[in-house]
Amino acid sequence: MTLQRLWTRGAIYLVLIAFAAYYMIPFYVMIITGLKPYQDVNVTRMWELPRGIYLEGIIEAWQRVSPNFMNSVMITVPAALISSLIGSINGYIFAKWRFRGADTLFILFLVGMFLPYQGILIPLVLTLQKVGLYGSMVGLIMVHCIFGIPITALLFRSYYAGIPNELLDAARIDGCGFFGIFRWILLPLSLPAFAVVLLWQFTTIWNDFLIGLIVLSSPRLAPINVAVQNIAGSFSVEWNVQMSAALIAAAPTIIVYLALGKLFMRGLLAGSLKG
Amino acid sequence: MADRAVSQGEVGLAASIKGRKRKSWWRSDMLLAVLVLSPSIIAVAVFIYSFIAWTFYISTVKWNSQVPDYTFVGLTNWVRLLGDNRFHIDLRNLVYYAIGFMSQCIIFGFIIAALLDQKIKGEAIFRTIIIFPFAVSGIVTGVAWRWLLQPTTGINILFAKIGLESFQPLWNSHPKYGMWAVSIAAAWQMTGYVMALYLAGLRGIPHELREAAAIDGAGTLATYRYIIIPLLLPVTFTAIVLTGMNSIRVFDLVSAMSGSGPAFATDTLAFNMFQSTFGAYRYSLGAAIGSFMIILSAFLVIPYMFSMRGEVER
Repeated sequence: MTLQRLWTRGAIYLVLIAFAAYYMIPFYVMIITGLKPYQDVNVTRMWELPRGIYLEGIIEAWQRVSPNFMNSVMITVPAALISSLIGSINGYIFAKWRFRGADTLFILFLVGMFLPYQGILIPLVLTLQKVGLYGSMVGLIMVHCIFGIPITALLFRSYYAGIPNELLDAARIDGCGFFGIFRWILLPLSLPAFAVVLLWQFTTIWNDFLIGLIVLSSPRLAPINVAVQNIAGSFSVEWNVQMSAALIAAAPTIIVYLALGKLFMRGLLAGSLKG
Repeated sequence: MADRAVSQGEVGLAASIKGRKRKSWWRSDMLLAVLVLSPSIIAVAVFIYSFIAWTFYISTVKWNSQVPDYTFVGLTNWVRLLGDNRFHIDLRNLVYYAIGFMSQCIIFGFIIAALLDQKIKGEAIFRTIIIFPFAVSGIVTGVAWRWLLQPTTGINILFAKIGLESFQPLWNSHPKYGMWAVSIAAAWQMTGYVMALYLAGLRGIPHELREAAAIDGAGTLATYRYIIIPLLLPVTFTAIVLTGMNSIRVFDLVSAMSGSGPAFATDTLAFNMFQSTFGAYRYSLGAAIGSFMIILSAFLVIPYMFSMRGEVER
C-alpha cells in the first residue's frame, strides 16, 4: 500500500516537473540565444548553453528598441494609473449606488469588454483622426483608458461589494456624502484593489500590440511590442538580437509578475467573472 | 389612550419627516453618482457600441479604396466576403485553431490543476511557472515559438537527437495544417489561465463530498468521473467561452510567427481584417470581416453573460 502510494506520488511529481519544463522551454531558448554571440547562433548549437555570457545581442537589441521601451513606459504608466482611478470610482458607484438599471448597464460594460477590437478599429481610427489624436501618445493613452473601463470597474466593484454597507451608513450619519464616503471610507481600504488593478492594467497595456499598431502609425512613437515585431519581421536581424529584444519587451511584466504573482492570480480569476 | 395616540402620531410624523429628509438627501447623492458615472457610460456607448454599429454601417457602403465612398451597396461586401476563398480558409483555420487551442488549454489545464490539488510540495513554484507565460505578450510568445517551430531549427533538432530523424513536421509552415502549430504556441500561453480557473474551482469543492465518495468505495478515477468533473462543469463552460473568444480574435501571435503563411495556412479573420483594411484600403470589406467577428463572438458572450447574471447581480 505505502509502496503503491510512493509510486503514485512519484508519478505525480514527475508529470508536474515535465509540464513545468515544457512551459519553461521558450524562456530557456530566449535566454540562451539572447546571450550567444552571433557566430554561435546556428543549428548545431541551438539547444546548447552559451559558451559564456555575451552581451552583444542584448546591447544591440537595446540600442534598437530603447526608444520604444521608453515610449511604452510613457504610455503604460499614465494609462494604468488613470484607468485605475476611473475604475475605482466606477466600481464604487456600481457596488454601492445601485440606481435603477445599474446592473443592466454593468452587464453592457462587460459585454463590451469581451468583444473583439476588430469590430471597432475603423471607426476608432476615423474618430481619432477627426479630433486630431490619431498618431499621438495622448490618443493612445486615452484609448487604453476607455477600453479599460469595463475590466477596472469589474475588479473594483467586486472588491467594494465586500465592504459592509453598515460602514457606509455610519459615515452617512456622520455627515459624509457621495464623495465623502469614497474619500474617507473606501479609498483608505482600497490599497489591495488598486494593486490588483494597476498590475492588471499595466500588464495588459504593456503587452498590447494591436491598438498601438493601429493608433500610432510612426515607428518612432511605436510601443515596444510593435518594435519587437518589426525586428522579428525583418530577416536581416540576427536571432540573438531578436530574442534579446523579446526578452527586453518581456522583462517588465515578468518582473512585476514574479514580485506580485498572488495579485496577478486574483486579477486573472476576477477577469473571468469568477472568484 | 389619547395621550398615546398623540405621542404615536408624533413619532410617526417625526419618522416620516426624517425619512423624507433622508430620502431627498439620498436622491441628490444618487443623482451625483449617475452624473459621475456618465462620462464612462458615454465613453463605452460611443467607443464600443456606436463604433460597432458604425462598422456594420461601413460594411454596407462602397468604400473599398483610399477615398471614402459612402454609396450604399447593401450586402454586396458581405456577399463578396462569403464567396471569398481567403475567408473560407480563415474559417477552416479558425476551426483547426479553436479545436487545437481549446482542447490543449482545457485538458492540460485540468490535469495540472488536478495534480496540483494533491497537496503538492512546492505547489506555489509549479503554479508560478505554469502561469508564467501568461505574463508575456503575444509578440514575445510568437518570436520564441517561431524559432522553436522552424522546420530546420528548434524542436525538430531535438526530435532528430532522440532518433526521430524521419519525424520532422513543417509546423506552422505547413500549407494546410499550419494553424495547429500556432495553436501549440497559443495554448502554451493560455493553459496557465485555465489551470488557475480549475484550481480555484477544485478548492471550492467541499472536502466532505470527496470523503463521502471515498467511504462509498469510489476510487480516485471514479471520484473525478462522477463527482468532481460534473461539479466543475461551470468552470469548463467559462474556460470554453474565454478560449473560444480568444480563438476568434487571434492576431498578435500570428503576426509574429508567420503572418498569413503559405497558401494562407496561418491566416486568421483578425489578420485578414487588418490587411484588407489598413494594407489594401478595402475599408468596407474589412468592416464586414470585423462585423462578422462581432457576430461570432456574440454567440459566446451573450450566453456567458446570461449564465453569469446571477453572479453579477448578487
